[in-house]
Amino acid sequence: MSETKNFMFLNRRAPYGTIYAWESLEVVLISAAFEQNVSLMFADDGVYQLVKGSDPSEIGMKNFTPTYRTLGDYEVRHMYVDKASLEARGLTADDLIQVEWEDWETEESVDNIVEVVDSAQAAELLDASDVVFSF
Amino acid sequence: MSDLHTVNKSPFEKNSLDTCLKLSKAGSSILLLEDGVYGAMAGTSVAGLVTSALADRKVYALGPDLKARGLDESRMIDGVEVVDYAGFVDLAESNDKVQAWV
Repeated sequence: MSETKNFMFLNRRAPYGTIYAWESLEVVLISAAFEQNVSLMFADDGVYQLVKGSDPSEIGMKNFTPTYRTLGDYEVRHMYVDKASLEARGLTADDLIQVEWEDWETEESVDNIVEVVDSAQAAELLDASDVVFSF
Repeated sequence: MSDLHTVNKSPFEKNSLDTCLKLSKAGSSILLLEDGVYGAMAGTSVAGLVTSALADRKVYALGPDLKARGLDESRMIDGVEVVDYAGFVDLAESNDKVQAWV
């Protein structure tokens, strides 16, 4: 079997207006199923994907925010959010959903894997990834 | 009579809102819909543009698109009005024409 790689999914589009956010989520779920180390980065309009309270029932689309909440169960360990992108949009970490993570074998758990990072940290994280998928 | 301008792109990703505000006349109406509704929110880097436009134009945001994105009406820029789909039709009907800034 091939080696495990560090996958980073870089999400820069708002949800609902285009299909990018949903397509990214599909590929994230597939990658996790193949036992790769999967992390997500949200920057620019991508930070809107994690805004809580979404309800697209009146625009005829599926609400996929609950799917982000399950990513911890798919062994996604990190969801990074670019601080400058949040600030430009008048948002703070309090406006975002929380995603819980737990290792079923060791029972190690993290209450919230959504982490706000500055630009320097984001650059380091992208640089340290083996592959970056852009959506 | 005047025109209804619609903006359906995020103001952070495209310059549709910016150009719409520069090239629309006083007295016209601007409807933000789809990803355009992000432009209706207070405290963003583009809020100043919209606030300036409100001096001589009406600005509306489509309610179902705000709701879909988890955007709270109470955090919109003061003066922006929420309309539903029926309100969108009323705006289209009451203006001379509809110009879409895609």
